[in-house]
Amino acid sequence: MVMHIVDRRLNPGSKSLENRQRFLRRAKALVQGAVKKSSQDRDIKDVLEGGEVTIPLDGMDEPRFRREGGTRDMVLPGNKKFVEGDWLQRPNQSGGKGSGAGEGDSEDAFRFVLSREEFVDLFLDDLELPDLAKRKLAETESEGLQRAGYATSGSPANISISRTVSRALARRVALRRPRKDDIEALEAELAECDDDTRRRELLALLEALKAKAKRIPFIDPIDIRYRRFETVPKPVAQAVMFCLMDVSGSMSEHMKDLAKRFYMLLYVFLKRRYKHVEIVFIRHTDRAEEVDEDTFFHGPASGGTLVSSALVAMNDIVRARFRPADWNIYAAQASDGDNMTSDSGLTGLLLTDKILPVCQFFAYLEVGEAANYTFDMPDSSLWTLYERLRNDGAPLSMRKVSERGEIFPVFQDLFKRRTTSQERV
Amino acid sequence: MGSSGGRLFEGADWDFQTLQRVHDACEKIARTELGLDVYPNQIEVITAEQMLDAYSSVGMPLFYKHWSFGKQFAFQEASYRKGLMGLAYEIVINSSPCISYLMEENTATMQTLVIAHAAFGHNHFFKNNYLFKQWTDAEGILDYLEFAKGYIAACEDRHGRETVERTIDAAHALMSHGVDRYPGKKILDLRAEEKRAGERRQHEESVFNDLWRTVPNTKHKSKATLTVERRRALLGLPQENILYFLEKTAPRLAPWQRELIRIVRHIAQYFYPQGQTKVMNEGTATYVHYRIMSRLHQQGRITDGNFLEFLQSHTNVVFQPEFDDRRYSGFNPYALGFAMMQDIERIVKNPEDEDRDWFPDIAGKGDVEGVLREIWSNYRDESFINQFLSPALIRRFRMFHLHDDPAESQGIKVDAIHDERGYRRVRRELARQYDVGFVDANIEVMDVDLDGDRRLMLRHTTVKGAQLNETDARRVLQHLADLWSYDVALTEVDGTDKVLKEYVVSPRAAAVAA
Repeated sequence: MVMHIVDRRLNPGSKSLENRQRFLRRAKALVQGAVKKSSQDRDIKDVLEGGEVTIPLDGMDEPRFRREGGTRDMVLPGNKKFVEGDWLQRPNQSGGKGSGAGEGDSEDAFRFVLSREEFVDLFLDDLELPDLAKRKLAETESEGLQRAGYATSGSPANISISRTVSRALARRVALRRPRKDDIEALEAELAECDDDTRRRELLALLEALKAKAKRIPFIDPIDIRYRRFETVPKPVAQAVMFCLMDVSGSMSEHMKDLAKRFYMLLYVFLKRRYKHVEIVFIRHTDRAEEVDEDTFFHGPASGGTLVSSALVAMNDIVRARFRPADWNIYAAQASDGDNMTSDSGLTGLLLTDKILPVCQFFAYLEVGEAANYTFDMPDSSLWTLYERLRNDGAPLSMRKVSERGEIFPVFQDLFKRRTTSQERV
Repeated sequence: MGSSGGRLFEGADWDFQTLQRVHDACEKIARTELGLDVYPNQIEVITAEQMLDAYSSVGMPLFYKHWSFGKQFAFQEASYRKGLMGLAYEIVINSSPCISYLMEENTATMQTLVIAHAAFGHNHFFKNNYLFKQWTDAEGILDYLEFAKGYIAACEDRHGRETVERTIDAAHALMSHGVDRYPGKKILDLRAEEKRAGERRQHEESVFNDLWRTVPNTKHKSKATLTVERRRALLGLPQENILYFLEKTAPRLAPWQRELIRIVRHIAQYFYPQGQTKVMNEGTATYVHYRIMSRLHQQGRITDGNFLEFLQSHTNVVFQPEFDDRRYSGFNPYALGFAMMQDIERIVKNPEDEDRDWFPDIAGKGDVEGVLREIWSNYRDESFINQFLSPALIRRFRMFHLHDDPAESQGIKVDAIHDERGYRRVRRELARQYDVGFVDANIEVMDVDLDGDRRLMLRHTTVKGAQLNETDARRVLQHLADLWSYDVALTEVDGTDKVLKEYVVSPRAAAVAA
């Protein structure tokens, strides 16, 4: 008998993917809760790893008619010492573990593993890019061309040959244009024909056919079709993220670590929204420089603190490389809040006049030492300045963070999806 | 390399030629020595990931989409990754051609074992056992699943995924009560089923259910004509196939919903024989692979090393932990089935006096394969154990019967053990454990209150005092009420018709609106 061997290994895998997505969609609220909970006490690196979550089975149950209780009879293997008529003590747990042991998950909780993407998706799902005053900028669109069927008019370069020819063919068939073969056949017959009456007939026929062929052109102007294009708005698909950080002596490793976590989250988040995300690292003491990531977080630096220097640097970079019309610009500034008092005026001016108008979003993150409760401390000079600017209506977001665990809540708070778009405090 | 003499393979590696050689060698033994009659084989090599995929669609190569399969997949994947669960070496599908999935990780010896086990053992059983013949359509199942998948996807496009999911959820909850337990008039033909689905839909859209027209305004007239007996006869009551009843008579279901219920019902029916023949099916396959592997070894076509490797996995498969072992979770169908097949072989070949008393029909008959083939064709687990579990085997497994009556304060009673007085009782009780009549709750549709509020009345006849778990029962009844669109009442009665408990569930508003 014939036997077939099929190698299925190369078939696309994960046939269950769709079922899995359906399951996640259905359990979305529950899974999301679980994701939040499990991310509270995770490091950033781990949050991107995915991992196991446990959800309660509300609404995910698949009930069946099950029976329980009553008299039970069972036959078991491995008798050692029992004889007929013996009485055995009941096990303490009255339920009896024989019945439902197979599906131990059926009762309360359900445990499974989320992939990295699923985890991040769910984690960031209810976050949204903030709806700022510069809404128009956020939706800045460039236009692209897209095929959109055919048109009867257009530029000769856009003639669609295949469409034109097929329409011409349809018309010729419909109008019964004499075919070239038919005419040639008749001419051949005419050449060989000796009979006069038949010749006359043939000649007349040929004449008529040729006249008709002339009346019905091979390709008529009405056949011609042009490819049509439509311009479609394309959202700007690229974003640049400016990371500004104070690296003066007062910033401890812990503070840098907090800032880094925040930047990473922001990066992951932007990455989900934009095809292309660039990062610019600007560190500053009393002067600012653009550096690579490693130097940014780990390079030693010391000196005083002039926030305005970083803003100047950012402004220069924006002007040189990131035209606001083409780029979505995000900026996050991390600092311990120190700034030279004399610098406040310039910083405020730069921010309101230069930086904020071109940014989609500007967040200020004030990082503190782990042990300190920032709430008890007097506001720092930078915080006071920014708060004043914000009260004047500048679209600034600012938060204070001193513990790792606070990063997620703060981030989520910043990007929380708001029901009414203008509600921002 | 000679046609029968050479080694089938060397070492653990294999390729497709190896599989072909192995298959041919197994086939020769299966046909000539064991006299097996199988569907054509199709062997598919898959990866571990694909095996996991297959797990979550009940082992079928294609299946409709539903979140519950995703849930199962998530659960299985988690336990697989943690190492709690190994994967099966193979999955075999009752179809023609008979499809066996082989994992690519298996060694050559394991592939041989799996081919002998699935492609010949299970395959023969599928083709010849009366239950499978009666209830499944091996030729049509894959096409039908294809149709079901497409149909459900189309319904989702047309009516929205949530509505469709709700209907399937409800049908799934009732799946265990969506099978015909007794052979009907016609043999299942899934291909015709698919073709007729379209016609049926059109037909049903144009036909009005006469019964329901009798309800609203001509009350006195309908009362006169529709006596209880007549009504129940018209509705085909009592009916234990609840899904069938809903499909045919639920008053407010859309035609596509009826078709969905029908699909779930057909699939439940397709799997129904598998639940009743676990011991026999695995016993047959294990016995067949054991015979084939031993013969291949005897012929020198596999080496001693291969054979030892085989014996090791074979022993794992037929391991039966004892009741007080931590690993114990009921009888291992492979162990029990294989032991019984071997025991029958012993009885047929060299019976003892005891066997002659107990099995006069087969003891000493000599034709082992003939007797086994006959048994494989005509029994299911319950009747098989009831008929062929021998005292020798009861002794070997040291089986004993426990009777646990909650009313008895002394504890659990040892009712019978593996001795002269106990053999028959042990055997009867073990057979009962495999009786579908006892495994599923006996729930029937009794009546519909056509004159009043169209309440659907069900009855659960309890056996040995076991009642339904209340939480689950309410949930299932909720699904049932949603499909029925009016109230549903379930009464639990004992053998003497004494009412133990009553449930009444109303449909959810969303379901009625849909």
